[in-house]
Amino acid sequence: MFTAHDEEVSSDALAQRSLAMHRYLSAVSAVLTVLLTTACAAPPADLNLDLTQATAEKKFVVTLQPPATPAAINQIHSWKIKVASPAGAPIAHARIAVDGGMPQHGHGLPTRPQVTPDLVDGTYLLEGMKFSMTGWWEIKLAIQSAEGADKVTFNTVVATPTAAP
Amino acid sequence: MYQAKLLAASLWVALWVIAPGAGAFASDTRGEVALARDTWSASEIDVLASLRLSQLPAAPLDPSNAVESSPAAIDLGRRLFNDVRFSQNQAVSCATCHDAKKQFQDGLPLGRGVGTGARRTMPIVGSGHSPWLFWDGRKDSVWAQALGPLEDAAEHGGNRTRYAQLIQQHYRADYEAIFRAMPDLTRLPPNAGPAGTPAERAAWGAMDATAQREVSRVFANMGKVIAAFEKTLVHGETRFDRYAEALVRRDAGAQRVLAPQEVEGLRIFIGKGQCVTCHNGPLLTDQHFHNTGVPQRDATRPDRGRAAAIVKVRADEFNCLGPFSDAKAEQCQELRFMATDDASMEGAFKTPSLRNVSLRPPYMHAGQLSSIEEVIAHYVRAPAATVGHTELAHGDPGHTERKPIRLSGPEMKALAAFLETLSGPIVERAAAAPAPQSRPAQAGLQLGQPR
Repeated sequence: MFTAHDEEVSSDALAQRSLAMHRYLSAVSAVLTVLLTTACAAPPADLNLDLTQATAEKKFVVTLQPPATPAAINQIHSWKIKVASPAGAPIAHARIAVDGGMPQHGHGLPTRPQVTPDLVDGTYLLEGMKFSMTGWWEIKLAIQSAEGADKVTFNTVVATPTAAP
Repeated sequence: MYQAKLLAASLWVALWVIAPGAGAFASDTRGEVALARDTWSASEIDVLASLRLSQLPAAPLDPSNAVESSPAAIDLGRRLFNDVRFSQNQAVSCATCHDAKKQFQDGLPLGRGVGTGARRTMPIVGSGHSPWLFWDGRKDSVWAQALGPLEDAAEHGGNRTRYAQLIQQHYRADYEAIFRAMPDLTRLPPNAGPAGTPAERAAWGAMDATAQREVSRVFANMGKVIAAFEKTLVHGETRFDRYAEALVRRDAGAQRVLAPQEVEGLRIFIGKGQCVTCHNGPLLTDQHFHNTGVPQRDATRPDRGRAAAIVKVRADEFNCLGPFSDAKAEQCQELRFMATDDASMEGAFKTPSLRNVSLRPPYMHAGQLSSIEEVIAHYVRAPAATVGHTELAHGDPGHTERKPIRLSGPEMKALAAFLETLSGPIVERAAAAPAPQSRPAQAGLQLGQPR
């Protein structure tokens, strides 16, 4: 579930293939955008969906781990959060506040999720998450610890399941 | 991983667009060519498929109501639901406003019990899927909801000690077969309750805490058996469901179950009408609260909706975390993680299910709009809200992220025509406990046929 950064791919050949794939993807996503602008605005094509992000002031590196099976619409569920220093050392005893919502609809999260204050190895439990509709959701974390305070925003796209009889 | 999924989805969509004849579901296995009348993209079919009744799981078991699957509780609940003795004037039962012949509602702008209420009666079918009950979500379970009207001065207008005595008098054996023995009521005042008249409240205050708790437990148990009955009421298949099922099966002929105008309306519903944004899933509701600038019925007493209900549901002694709940605290997730400080809840009301919507005028939380046509016109007009802020866009850039809903006269008519395809029967499913995570068999008595 944890996405590797593109920078880690070093070989030239791989990079070229990646570029070609990126161009193809852009063309496909243009088609997608046209198709998805029916009910509501499609998520931006360049949305950063990485589940590992540096915080705004680079004080922490945060990894979000979604539930093993994607939660159904309106189902309360939990995520895991890993907080580390830029060098990769786990950050324990941080306090994490959660906010978020749908930028294209102008509303926040339907619930008030909470993060367990204290878990081992810089891993925290994010409880009470719920998505009430498909589309682009932001998950914003404000982290406070002895190492300082910083913020990070993750994007996630809740997709409509593929039709099956 | 998400990117990989997006790539897979993109490729799939691209194939659909490129494939010759895609969109006109062509040949079947016998080699015949059956051209479909209606063309939908793959992503549109995914959306339509997500609205099918077959995708609705059984309502989740309510951990706060231990008796909801008990046949004895369902049977007692059905009788209490229809018993007019549980009212101040001996003439009002739950069924007075929740009439089985009218999709379990009353067709009136404001509910009418012993007096006239402040809001529109809600249809109760499918309410077991809602984490929050009532238009403002001031209750967190079907059983806690059922207790509200019993004590409301404008609805049943009764009180707790009177109800406990009625249970003892008429239903004692049935009650004690489900719950523990009835408490001793002999020395209690005949009319006492915390929500009644000043005299009833004073009499309640004079009772000791143990007596109050015992009477309140009988009252809570009334709610639990009524909820058990209400959870047996489920929606039956509609013409829309048959259309969407045919579409997913690529059964071109069966698509003709809808007329072209109805299909056009469906296209608007999931497209430029933006209806499916909130009216999503098989019940066509996101179960959430929205301010859409619906006019106040009484401008001198503005209704704050959800914003005013958060304190109430938290303080409710019958909530999931309360002393009469059968749930463990960790099972009360909705209440524990309830959003409490969301400014958009000011003047927000619950998104109702659109199943059977055409059979249920008037519309909105206080019956302010008399027809579906008026409702559609409201969303196109998108007036400013008098309390809080509407989520609908009305053209002023920057105010909201939504696009304005622009529909022509014929498009509004088509949308109204589509909404009629969401009418179907209401079915009382068999009393057997529902299998977890599967839709209940829809055998049983048909209670309300669409007109």
